[in-house]
Amino acid sequence: MSEHDITLKVNGRTYRGKASARMTLVDFLRDELRLTGTHTGCEHGVCGACSIIFEGQAIRSCLMFAVQADGASITTVEGLAEPGTLSVLQDCFWETHALQCGFCTPGMLIASQTLLDKNRLPTDEEIREAISGNLCRCTGYKQIVDAVKLAAQRLSGLNAPVKSDG
Amino acid sequence: MAEQNFRYISKKRRPKEDRRFLAGSGVFVADIAIPGMLHVGLVASPYSFARIRSINAEAALALPGVHLVVTGEDIVAGTDPMMSGLDAPKLRRYVLADGIARYAGEWVAAVVADTRAIAEDAAELVEVEYEPLTPVTDPEQAMSSESPPLHPEHGSNILFQKKWVWGTVEEDFAAADHRIAFRARWHRSSTVPIETFGVVSQWNQAQQLLDVWASIQMPKFHDLLGRALRVPGNAIRVHYDVDVGGSYGVKRGLKHSILGGYLAKRLGVPVKLMEDRLENMRGGDAQGPDRIFDMQAAFNNDGMIRSLKIRALDDCGAHAGRAPLQLGKPVGAICGPYKVNSVEYEAISVTTNKTPQEAVRGFGQAPTNFALETMVDRVAAHLGMDRLEIRRRNLITADQFPYLIPSGSTYDSGDFHTVLDKTLTAATYNDLIKRRDAARAAGKLAGIGLSTCLEPSGGNSAFEPLFNPKNETTTWMEASTIKVDPFGAIVVIMNTSTSGQGHETLAATVAGEILERDPDTIRVLHADSLSAMPSNSPVGSRMAIMLGGATAGAGKKIKASVTAIGAKKLGVAIDAVEYRDGNVVLRSDPSKKVSWEVIVEIAHRKFHELPEGMEPGLQASFVLEVPTGGTLPDATGRVQMYPCYAFESHIVYAEIDRVTGQVTLGPYTVGHDCGVMINPDIVHGMTYGGIAHGIGAALYERFLYDDTGQLLSGTFMDYLIPSSHEVPDVKIIDHCTPSPLTAFGQKGSGEAGYLGGPAAIACAVNDALSPLGLKIAELPMTPSVLGDLIATVENKRT
Ligand code: FES
Ligand code: FES
Repeated sequence: MSEHDITLKVNGRTYRGKASARMTLVDFLRDELRLTGTHTGCEHGVCGACSIIFEGQAIRSCLMFAVQADGASITTVEGLAEPGTLSVLQDCFWETHALQCGFCTPGMLIASQTLLDKNRLPTDEEIREAISGNLCRCTGYKQIVDAVKLAAQRLSGLNAPVKSDG
Repeated sequence: MAEQNFRYISKKRRPKEDRRFLAGSGVFVADIAIPGMLHVGLVASPYSFARIRSINAEAALALPGVHLVVTGEDIVAGTDPMMSGLDAPKLRRYVLADGIARYAGEWVAAVVADTRAIAEDAAELVEVEYEPLTPVTDPEQAMSSESPPLHPEHGSNILFQKKWVWGTVEEDFAAADHRIAFRARWHRSSTVPIETFGVVSQWNQAQQLLDVWASIQMPKFHDLLGRALRVPGNAIRVHYDVDVGGSYGVKRGLKHSILGGYLAKRLGVPVKLMEDRLENMRGGDAQGPDRIFDMQAAFNNDGMIRSLKIRALDDCGAHAGRAPLQLGKPVGAICGPYKVNSVEYEAISVTTNKTPQEAVRGFGQAPTNFALETMVDRVAAHLGMDRLEIRRRNLITADQFPYLIPSGSTYDSGDFHTVLDKTLTAATYNDLIKRRDAARAAGKLAGIGLSTCLEPSGGNSAFEPLFNPKNETTTWMEASTIKVDPFGAIVVIMNTSTSGQGHETLAATVAGEILERDPDTIRVLHADSLSAMPSNSPVGSRMAIMLGGATAGAGKKIKASVTAIGAKKLGVAIDAVEYRDGNVVLRSDPSKKVSWEVIVEIAHRKFHELPEGMEPGLQASFVLEVPTGGTLPDATGRVQMYPCYAFESHIVYAEIDRVTGQVTLGPYTVGHDCGVMINPDIVHGMTYGGIAHGIGAALYERFLYDDTGQLLSGTFMDYLIPSSHEVPDVKIIDHCTPSPLTAFGQKGSGEAGYLGGPAAIACAVNDALSPLGLKIAELPMTPSVLGDLIATVENKRT
């Protein structure tokens, strides 16, 4: 199996590594870079657990080969806030208990962060649409929708901003 | 107890465990990497029933990076079979097929290699020669003496068959004004967590110790693992602090863990076995109940249901495991929340050439509740009575508790009528009716569904002796330990793994409540199986009751020690002082106090100031027996199954697209009474999740097999899990009837929503279909099923 040198910018830091041609991006992130916050639930593009932000877009990292990502800039869940802190969105997930087992959570955060980056005050329907490609088996989605709504309000200053140190 | 003034219990508090998951720093099995760790690839049978003629691993072993290939022969020689929950000693189940593959996807060989990718490549190179046999896929056919048994030594495909009669069934049927009979079908689905099952095993030769990290939710896991691997339990250390990515019953993984342990021990290196999604769906042995109910009800003109005859035939797949026992738990709520005088129940479990079942949320109660609620609706229809009215007449009333049902369980408490009324009000039921009728007038298929269902909780294991008299289990204890360090910091140690139920929050909240210390300052740890106190894992909706109760028990011991130390320091008798916020104050003059800090220091350093006979240090453990536990079933099979009974009433509005058969749900209201909630956000979360899961079971999810036993829905493309589009905005209405049996009046809630949701949705669909003269008692009611059903009528019209 041919090995390829890969350079990636992940969460603002430049990583170099080797990947065989068939290695998926999610395996590269998890196994080579040891960024294990991104999960895999299906490896066939349905569950969204492997979601990352790739050049500004939420994508499924199980559907891309690592070699295709060479040179790209990526954000994973580990990069949503400064280490040791939580972003406003993460803090709102905590406030509404928008998770249980936490397995889908990184993907949910990525999907909702990308929504909020584009749409500062989404409606319930827009939130449901944005997370509809991410399966959660624990929550029934309700507290996730609540979290994103709360984050949108806080980010828009409609509500008292919270300290993001959780 | 309802009016207790709690400090922390029942308050909105942020769950402790959420933060690590939000930061992406949870540690799941897949995240564990040990230097030198090898990976397992699996060879699965393509046939649902076949004799294995030969296995040739030469080409696989020749591949660089491959270390070992093992087959059923190695496993039979090196491990003992897994036990079933039944008295059926001739059933043998090994982790790899022992000469016969009994379902498509059953593991036939395992490959160990440097990487998972190489292991998969090698698995494809393993040559297996099969002799296909004729599979049995229909559970009713499987029962016939003509059907060849999957396990010839056992002699039949019937694993278990028993009929119990509780009360004057025949007399009640003869005396009743009316009788109906119908069949209800709950097809095979499961909880399907987003994380597949995984296990990392490491054998330490010098210590003769197997370390195991597994994504488990499994009672008696390490005992069973040790037994199969032929090592004593104290040679296995299961790390219960691994984060588990959802389970809802199914993450048992004994098969995977025996294989992983065997391989790690044999090779002397760490080994990781991680299912991929396809393996999980087909060979993960984690599908759920697959049940045919033949229901008969006897009832009077006034709508009072007098007696039931229930025959439940369950297709448990190729191996028994604990699946047959899922017919046992419903005995504890066999007539639901209704005043039924007598019940006959026949439970039958059969083998077919399908993937084996595992425990699924509710352990058989959700299908049973669906059958019971369908029965109630059919009785109402037969009498021309309103579906609400019939429930009102038959529901047990608040003044009747504790209420003994014919099968021997006593319901602890409840106020079903009030919960139902609150739900109706919140759902604006009369407006819903107007909305439905207007939609119908506009040509739509619209319906309202309701269900009133019980959630038995406090997971005991009384179904074990009920199904296997040789098994005399009457306790399913749970333990908790609290330690206070020399500076006053508190640690609670729980003794099982956790898979999203918020047990760390639960234990900290309870310890904080009892000790009057801020739960946010309390750390909760998971012991490993060697350091753990006896416990039975978070199954059967038990942890609020059992971990909550055990932690309360340990907390009270600590509190008693602190009080005694304080009294001695003040030089007064114990009853002259009072525990307040961790300090001890003189009752007659609260300004005189000994502080928490001073007391913990005495406990740890000043033996001379300790009350006589007290152990130094400040720690306490408590092992709690399940409330009402401790008795075996009587000769007629009457038994107290679980101790506590939560109640839920669902009201859901539905419209069905005439052409596509797609059901749109909402508004959806659920009234829920699980006694005192330790953490309302956690209880609500599980309820929302349970409803979503119920929507899946009712409308979308099915492990569908063809006649040859091939699974047709083994990916997320065809096994459809509800997304945020399919799950409506659910409104929860809380009610609190405390349990008299538990520390704070709490009941379990881990199965909330799922136990009543499918029944309510089925009811709504049937209401919507009723103007067409159609009815259906089969789940899931997928778009194609409903579309075809509606077409039978619509085609006639055109
Ligand atoms: S793991 Fe990528 S979508 Fe499921
Ligand atoms: S929180 Fe468990 S799958 Fe979403």
